[in-house]
Amino acid sequence: METTNTTSIMHKASALLEQTGNRLNAFKAWVALDSTHLSDGQKLAVKYFTVAVILFFAQLLFGMLAATQFIFPNFLYGFLDFSVNRMVHINAMIIWMLYGFIGCVYWLLEDESGTEIVGLKLGNIAFWLLTGAVTLVVLVYLLVQIGPGKDSSLWFINEGREYIEAPRWADIGIVIVILTFFYNVVATFSKGQWSGIAGVLTLDLVALAGLYVAGMFYMTNITQDQYWWWWVIHLWVEATWEVLVGVIMAWSLMKLLGVKRKIVQTWLYIEVALMFGSGILGLGHHYFWIGTPEYWLTIGGFFSALEPIPLVAMVVHAVYDAGTHAFKSGNHPALAWIIAQAFGNFFGAGVWGFMHTLPQINLYTHGTQWSASHGHLAFFGAYATINIAFFYLAIQHWRGKVWMGAGIKNGWRWKWALGLLNGGVLGMTVALLIAGYEQSFIERAVEGSTWSGYFTAQNHPSFQAAMVWRWFFGAVTFAGLVLLIWDLLTIGKTEERKAAQVSES
Amino acid sequence: MNETPLWASESFWKKTAIWVTAGSFIVLIVLTFDSLSQTNAGGKRVPAYSVINKQIDYQYQADLHKSMPVIGDTELLFGKEFTEAEAEQLVMLGKKTTQAKNCMNCHTLLGNGAYYAPDLTKAWLDKGWISKDLREELMVKFLMNPEKNARTFGSNRKMPNLNITEAEAKGVVAFLKWMSSIDTNGFPYNFKTINAEE
Repeated sequence: METTNTTSIMHKASALLEQTGNRLNAFKAWVALDSTHLSDGQKLAVKYFTVAVILFFAQLLFGMLAATQFIFPNFLYGFLDFSVNRMVHINAMIIWMLYGFIGCVYWLLEDESGTEIVGLKLGNIAFWLLTGAVTLVVLVYLLVQIGPGKDSSLWFINEGREYIEAPRWADIGIVIVILTFFYNVVATFSKGQWSGIAGVLTLDLVALAGLYVAGMFYMTNITQDQYWWWWVIHLWVEATWEVLVGVIMAWSLMKLLGVKRKIVQTWLYIEVALMFGSGILGLGHHYFWIGTPEYWLTIGGFFSALEPIPLVAMVVHAVYDAGTHAFKSGNHPALAWIIAQAFGNFFGAGVWGFMHTLPQINLYTHGTQWSASHGHLAFFGAYATINIAFFYLAIQHWRGKVWMGAGIKNGWRWKWALGLLNGGVLGMTVALLIAGYEQSFIERAVEGSTWSGYFTAQNHPSFQAAMVWRWFFGAVTFAGLVLLIWDLLTIGKTEERKAAQVSES
Repeated sequence: MNETPLWASESFWKKTAIWVTAGSFIVLIVLTFDSLSQTNAGGKRVPAYSVINKQIDYQYQADLHKSMPVIGDTELLFGKEFTEAEAEQLVMLGKKTTQAKNCMNCHTLLGNGAYYAPDLTKAWLDKGWISKDLREELMVKFLMNPEKNARTFGSNRKMPNLNITEAEAKGVVAFLKWMSSIDTNGFPYNFKTINAEE
């Protein structure tokens, strides 16, 4: 009896495996991408991009679940609670953006260094290691969710610290993978040639990997715990990630528009000076209310108020270059997303950040939907956009450097995806901002932040309406992503014209 | 005419970038040493863990234009006087529980976290616990069985059952009591505690 059961299960499993294999092959045949068009480094890059897109999808899916729970609190209650959905929502975002950045760097590495990637095999092993670890972490988030109040929970289930919830074993894995990546970058530049872009990139990656270690230990003292926690979160997203984007942007402006190297590198140094000059001490805007000394009110307020300046410079840079080159580009979707990046970064990170960064206003806005409003526009505007631009660059090469200029076939798809994604995120941002205003006023200023004050604000019609609008624009964003994925899979498929050549002018 | 002025030259901005970054980072390191020394548990800003043996309040100081934690006479937690080591053990259990149960992805702590449930910074002092005599017991009961003891304030949002044991619940209460004594520079503003007269 038992043996028959086992055999039948084995049969079913192998049939299922075969079916999956067939489907995968059918999918590959439909997509019809030819990897011989790519260099080895680019092949590695597109692996990272593929996982990035899958995680991007997961980010939006779980974001929608959490947004639904704001309107219908009983939705999935006790099964997939808000805390789980929200954690997967923000973690998928951090990880897909990291995947995207690593992909971007592998994409430009061979071109910039003028030689082949040194540790290609190592890079591939690191990719599969990271992807396996991410899958396991997400499965544990979804299936195990929580543990007892012991170290073992923090090591194997969930560290319970927003944005860096990944359990400690995964932290160690992430550091090893980042070090492998770092080795590949440095060794490849050393073998080929160094450049200003290469130098900034290398130093930035040192900081990026080093800072992560600041978030890898437990502390009972919550003031000091949050002190180091912000070292990771702030110095990643408001300093090292911004510089990384500056590097990627500099390289892509040369490639997309043919801007002179001397100009982009000078701009890059200016941006680094402004970004780190304001962003490093701008960290202080997280130290207003966590128990840290009062001087952070002054230092954090002053330096974080300067943080928009480099973002203005980036807008000037991108628009000026696009203008002097008369928007002549071999890849229209990528250029459009680069322009979206310049403005999204400026408005999302710059304007929306500045609006509540001074302590006099932050006293009322801290810990309200203001932060969510800023977070949505900033992460999308600064980081999602540039990654999407690179997805388009990659797919163009993968198709064999096909035409992606004016009169692109099915061009409505990329334009609508661009419009829906940007419009959707902007709509969510405004809805959350209204909710944040209402919370700051009713919960914070009038009711004094008590629990009853909190719920008075949450139950207010304008807050409730804002949550419905956020859901609606979330759905618009989701539709935009579905269209984007469809477009990425099909764009240039039947295109026979070759890409327009962009040369340095 | 073709000569690049200093302010537009690549090498000038390269040096500037290096100096500005290094300078900012050194200032941050110095401030970090100072901030950490000022925020050790047992200092003026972050009280020792044994503060859980005391009465804690949060009162508006007219001369400072902000509310400050006020630590009063003995007010035992769970009817027991904890030594500093015992208090630290209990708060540590509570802190680890808040992490393992992922509290921060619904609540905010010191204003940081998610916005689906109320801030926990001064949760110990919240009027929602009705009276100081009932508070400890209500909090433990709520943590252990939040569905049955739901406090939704008309929002229909209920905390899910997180399998919190009695020991863990007591740890969380101790952690919340200790956290409410931290000097947070007047955040949250205008907060009326359970001790305040109506």
